[in-house]
Amino acid sequence: MLGPILETLIGGLLTGVLYALVALGFVLIFKASGVFNFAQGAMVLFAALSVARLSEKFPLPIAIVLAIGVMIVLAYAIEFLVLRRLVNQEGIVLFMSTLGVAYFLEGFGQTLWGSDIYKIDLGISKNPIFLFESVFPGGILIDPEEVAAAVICAILVTVLAVFFQVTRVGRALRAVADDHQAAQSVGIPLNYIWLVVWATSGIVAIAAGMIWGSKLGVQFSISLVALKALPVLILGGLTSIPGAIVGGLIIGAGEKLAEILLGPLLIRWFDLAGGGIENWFAYVLALLFLLVRPQGLFGERIIERI
Amino acid sequence: MFYREAGQFKTTYGSDEAIFPIVQDRWFVIAAIAFAVLVVPLFAGQYLYTEVLIPVLILSLAAIGLNILTGYCGQLSLGTGGFMAVGAYAAYNLALRVPEVNLILVFLFGGLMSMLVGILFGVPSLRIKGFYLAVATLASQFFLEWAFARIKWFTNYAPSGSVAVGPIELFGIPINSPERKYLFVFILVAVLALTAKNLVRSRVGRMWMAMRDMDIAAEIIGIRPLHAKLSAFAVSSFYVGVAGALWGFFRLGSWEPLAFDVNRSFQILFMVIIGGLSSILGSFLGAAFIVLVPIFLNQLPGWLGVGLSTATISHLEFMIFGAMIVFFLIVEPRGLARLWAIAKEKLRLWPFPY
Amino acid sequence: MRAPAGSTVAAGEVLLSVENVSLSFGGVKAIQDVSFDIRKSEVRAIIGPNGAGKTSMLNVVNGFYQPQHGRITFKGTTRTNMRPYDAAHGGIARTFQNVALFRGMSALDNIMAGRTLKMHRNFFWQILRIGPALAEEDEHRHRVEEIIDFLEIQAIRKVPVGRLPYGLQKRVELGRALAMEPDLLLLDEPMAGMNLEEKEDMSRFIVDVNEQYGTTIALIEHDMGVVMDLSDRVVVLDHGAKIADATPDDVKRDQNVIDAYLGVAH
Repeated sequence: MLGPILETLIGGLLTGVLYALVALGFVLIFKASGVFNFAQGAMVLFAALSVARLSEKFPLPIAIVLAIGVMIVLAYAIEFLVLRRLVNQEGIVLFMSTLGVAYFLEGFGQTLWGSDIYKIDLGISKNPIFLFESVFPGGILIDPEEVAAAVICAILVTVLAVFFQVTRVGRALRAVADDHQAAQSVGIPLNYIWLVVWATSGIVAIAAGMIWGSKLGVQFSISLVALKALPVLILGGLTSIPGAIVGGLIIGAGEKLAEILLGPLLIRWFDLAGGGIENWFAYVLALLFLLVRPQGLFGERIIERI
Repeated sequence: MFYREAGQFKTTYGSDEAIFPIVQDRWFVIAAIAFAVLVVPLFAGQYLYTEVLIPVLILSLAAIGLNILTGYCGQLSLGTGGFMAVGAYAAYNLALRVPEVNLILVFLFGGLMSMLVGILFGVPSLRIKGFYLAVATLASQFFLEWAFARIKWFTNYAPSGSVAVGPIELFGIPINSPERKYLFVFILVAVLALTAKNLVRSRVGRMWMAMRDMDIAAEIIGIRPLHAKLSAFAVSSFYVGVAGALWGFFRLGSWEPLAFDVNRSFQILFMVIIGGLSSILGSFLGAAFIVLVPIFLNQLPGWLGVGLSTATISHLEFMIFGAMIVFFLIVEPRGLARLWAIAKEKLRLWPFPY
Repeated sequence: MRAPAGSTVAAGEVLLSVENVSLSFGGVKAIQDVSFDIRKSEVRAIIGPNGAGKTSMLNVVNGFYQPQHGRITFKGTTRTNMRPYDAAHGGIARTFQNVALFRGMSALDNIMAGRTLKMHRNFFWQILRIGPALAEEDEHRHRVEEIIDFLEIQAIRKVPVGRLPYGLQKRVELGRALAMEPDLLLLDEPMAGMNLEEKEDMSRFIVDVNEQYGTTIALIEHDMGVVMDLSDRVVVLDHGAKIADATPDDVKRDQNVIDAYLGVAH
């Protein structure tokens, strides 16, 4: 029994890394602009489609560079057409506007790039690796793509952390995250900063989209990954990069373990037609967590002043 | 005759607070209702009933429900589809297990069950706000969708997982033709819309709006957040639940949980945003817009003589809805209802510019 | 806990007493061992330099903050844990330093909302909007129109308050508080940011409310001229502690107060 559980745990953790990558994009944008970007999933889809279709014509590295260009243009368009016109609006209005952006991008991406299932070949072996064959019968099966995802995620987070802490833009970004008006008053151009974060999270979306796409194929359902990343955010806190990572791991591992451990019990007790509790487990976990600690694991507590 | 209020003096506060303070408006509405009940059946065909009128009316009701919660009380919900499902499955099970119950009670039961579930899932709103709450309502959406797919009792152990309603009748009159379905839906929706309008302009409505605009100030005038928020969840889910039951019985006939998935939630939310937040009229306008655009798009290639694949059309639909949402949030956050009001304002002065 | 709405306090007797109240946020001491009382039908001013803890004091009285130490007795009942809506039920109304109106609602609806606690018809009457519910709505509209007349804001009745200039917003906010027919009215800088004419109007309203309805008023204000004119007694806070409590004339002469306002070399 321990072998399969361990295997599920590791598989879940690695899936969690993917959730974390998507959540990371959310956190970046939320930190700098206070926008809860529901379109992050659509951006992942758009990025994956761009890479997949461009890599049909160009070698993968060039396709990635071109896709980065596409995401920067997209970030500019979103900043120019949407965000700039909604400055000083309530958070909830901005959130709803990103719902609109998400819908638009889903339609636009598929009109532009096509709506079949496309492949991204990262050149990583699809053969599973078996570990601990001497400890457990049959060993533990690990997907090399998920390991690659974990490595990419680690690299991205390190780069971002350095970027935020060391560079001038990073410092401006943290200032904006703290207080828009104060940052503007010392001469930090708000629009530019927003462009930078949206472009950055577009690049994070490329990473997430490529890994997800190489695993499952690039198709419309990728945009639904945003729905998986929401509970991750709640759990980790909206403004915390470590929170996004830890939250992703907890949700990834939690939902897989729940499926194999809790699922059969629920089926037996309530006479269910199958499990599938993965679909809501993350949400219920996040919801329960919210009631105990509304600011999330690493989020900042908001003290309301009257 | 001009559309003008000159010479109509309000002598009581009651007449100042009437839904349609201007006489011409009142006539217009009476005429519209008479038209819907008496004239429409003279010319409407099956397509108009089943593809346009019935869906618009039912989804308007769901949009009114969501508008009460989101537009009036300021609590964003992405779980509308789930509550519609509760209404639909509750009504189905009552009609199935107690066949002698009157049809109206069946729908009320759908609404009441949805209301109970709504109150339950509304409890987190006492601690969390904004997008946190939006995520919490998504939890209810996914949980409910799963529950109706997996718990066999809800679907009466149907092996396919889909349910179908039997023949429908009201006081012994079978409601089997599109025309009868339309009339039944129209009357029920009209009554519930009027009820909603009364609520939002009474004490309860002011309580909700106070909560929406500034919760702290609402507390100091003695409004309990518990009362205000949970009553909004309750009333909202009731409307959404009745709409869900109507959708199941009169639009679908047989359905699976997928009919009430998260996309349904978004669809209703879009109706509210495009139609106009905190407007009952807007809920109707938004629903009509969202239902009519795809129909229009499907006709478009035929009219223009260009070939568009169905995939392209559905992508276009996404793009148009997305763009409209952004457009309305930026340009006119009160949506089509506000445009309507502006047009009326202009008409009041016409033919003079000021 | 809810203060009993029925109990009455005669004019001149203590309506509210604050005893040894201390409040801190983490390490920051906002209020330190402050005691004072407010008598029925008086205008009581709370003054002090910025950051003295005046607004925190109102927030304590009003139930937004729970003090760590001390007792608060209102209309003879000592309360421990109270929420703002309990305060409202007990008869405490207030306005805010930064206007806290319902921006999406008209001036009329804002003031009508102040009547929420006075309206009792249940849900189903409101749905039907006939008979008793309509009569009730009418009766309260009548009361609200009186307040609108009193504050001279007839012309802006139906205007969404978000569109009103600041001075008028402050007036509507006062109107909403008056609609509650409170026993104790807390006004947090009702004249901040107003020009002279607006200040004169607002002063007149405050005096009239106090004299016509006998409403007890606790007032935070920076304009010393206004404070000296309007108030019966003044309590002075500095760095969260009480440094004086006397009539306006005595306060003016108090050395501690002068030091607090002008600063003193230590």
